[in-house]
Amino acid sequence: MSTLLELHNVTKRFGPVEVLKGVSFSLEAGEILGLLGDNGAGKSTLMKIITGIYSLEGGEIIFSGKPIPYPQHNPREARALGIEMIYQDLALAKQQDVAANIFLGQEPTYRFLGFWPMIDKAKMETAAQAAIARLGARIPSVKYPVGQLSGGQQQSVAIARALTFNPKLVIMDEPTAALAVREVEHVLDLARELKRQGISVILISHRLPDVFAVSDRIIVLRQGTVVADEHTAQTSMNNVVAHIVGAH
Amino acid sequence: MQTPLTSRVFSGLNVRLESVLVLLGLALAMAIFAPDFLSLSNFLNILLATAVIGVLAIAATFVLCAAGLDLSLGSVLAVAGVVSGVLCVNLGLPWFLGLLGGLLAGGLLGAVNGLLIARAGIPAFIVTLGMLSVARGLALIISDGKPVYGLPPVITFLGQGRFLGVPMPVWIFLALVVVFHLILSRTRFGRYTLVIGDNEMAARVTGIDVPAHKIRLYVLSGTLAGLAGLLFAARVNAADPTAGVSYELSAITAAVIGGTNLFGGRGTVIGTLIGALIMGILQNGLNLMAVPSFYQQVAIGTILVLAVWLDRVRDRRRV
Ligand SMILES: Nc1ncnc2c1ncn2[C@@H]1O[C@H](COP(=O)(O)OP(=O)(O)O)[C@@H](O)[C@H]1O
Ligand SMILES: [Mg+2]
Repeated sequence: MSTLLELHNVTKRFGPVEVLKGVSFSLEAGEILGLLGDNGAGKSTLMKIITGIYSLEGGEIIFSGKPIPYPQHNPREARALGIEMIYQDLALAKQQDVAANIFLGQEPTYRFLGFWPMIDKAKMETAAQAAIARLGARIPSVKYPVGQLSGGQQQSVAIARALTFNPKLVIMDEPTAALAVREVEHVLDLARELKRQGISVILISHRLPDVFAVSDRIIVLRQGTVVADEHTAQTSMNNVVAHIVGAH
Repeated sequence: MQTPLTSRVFSGLNVRLESVLVLLGLALAMAIFAPDFLSLSNFLNILLATAVIGVLAIAATFVLCAAGLDLSLGSVLAVAGVVSGVLCVNLGLPWFLGLLGGLLAGGLLGAVNGLLIARAGIPAFIVTLGMLSVARGLALIISDGKPVYGLPPVITFLGQGRFLGVPMPVWIFLALVVVFHLILSRTRFGRYTLVIGDNEMAARVTGIDVPAHKIRLYVLSGTLAGLAGLLFAARVNAADPTAGVSYELSAITAAVIGGTNLFGGRGTVIGTLIGALIMGILQNGLNLMAVPSFYQQVAIGTILVLAVWLDRVRDRRRV
């Protein structure tokens, strides 16, 4: 296995609040990493630094052997590198249809009248349909506004968007929080499938059994620092919970 | 869950069925009750009277779709008019420099709006309210408070000339409607405009440069206001620094009646055309029936509120 992602001493503050106080860890290609921690531990912030929503203050992040250039790094660059994230609030445009959301920022185009690039709706809808079908999700039509779909269906749209352009790393921030049991199983199966394809996954979840079921390794973040970095097979839920609440 | 009737019937154009019905109903009522309403020349009159506000309404549609606001449209219109008037008449420059100068002035003021909103983070309401006043002042300063008369013939042709019997402003307005309808509904630029208004975070995380896009939108808005200013000056053969007062409100009204979501994420230019025509037909028909203009204002305000109320009812039903 080769190392895909390395974080060295990453720090970040929002005004006076030091949210990340020197975070270091690494992630292998095809590895599923469970990222755990209490609310406000800094998990989402750390992931948003990787995807270029925020810059970092100190430290370094290396992806595929190359340092990510902060502060120029941005979501477009992250996607070009093969980093995709399913955001905690899904970050979907609710009045736009399913196809539009899946291809957001990467719409296929054709040249209208030979010179004017226009969105190729037919191609986009076919591909969106296929992407949804691959996930085994059921959505009445890719022409539906996303806001009219159920929580689970919206989740599928967010996942489909993350998988459409062959990512190397997929970050899932609380992907199962709003889902029914059957849908949770789907997401976990998906994480395993990505691993099988050699894609790395960072899974953030409050549901410990889910994380234990799929992850190779577990990292616990507490008040902006890594307090545990253990192989899933060599730790226990009790141990992890103790780290999360700071009982160690 | 069922597809709303509107999107089944007009999915190709994305136009609200209600707007079309109101437009047709209104036209029918006027045809019955207003003498001389039903004639080609009156129809062209309506389009001519709608053209200037209509161009502004296209600008308003784009900005509103992105959850923005441009209150400076009417004032920027005046600046563009007097800039081209001063360039052509007072400085004696050729007509094309006058046109270019007017458009550039509009685009420049739009750029100032955009930079203050997207880079400095000042709310669009405040920035463009400020610009409403600043641009009006600039128009008065540039023209020394007086209208500039005697525009070059090429420019007045754009306002008063006809091609195939149809007034030039109508050609220009309808061409802009087609082009900008396609831009908003079929291009990435239009898609990103809607997404920014729908959920700015969704735009950001998918790599859309949101501040740059907003700046482009306000430049577009200012440039269209500039074009409207040129058309207006050309039509009345005078660049008047007091032209276009409160036109931005009519433009926003047309866009909202046409189905643009005031809070962003939804809207079409064809819808806005229908909204502008509803207002134009109402005014024209009531004029023909010799109803005083006070009543027209009551009618337009009522339709605006009804349009938004209809939207609310439908959105609630959907969920
Ligand atoms: N944009 C922001 N501005 C200011 N503070 C923020 C911002 N985002 C997150 N925070 C703060 O950073 C801390 C970590 O938040 P977050 O990364 O969302 O934690 P987690 O995802 O682990 O629950 C919290 O105290 C939160 O209030
Ligand atoms: Mg979080």
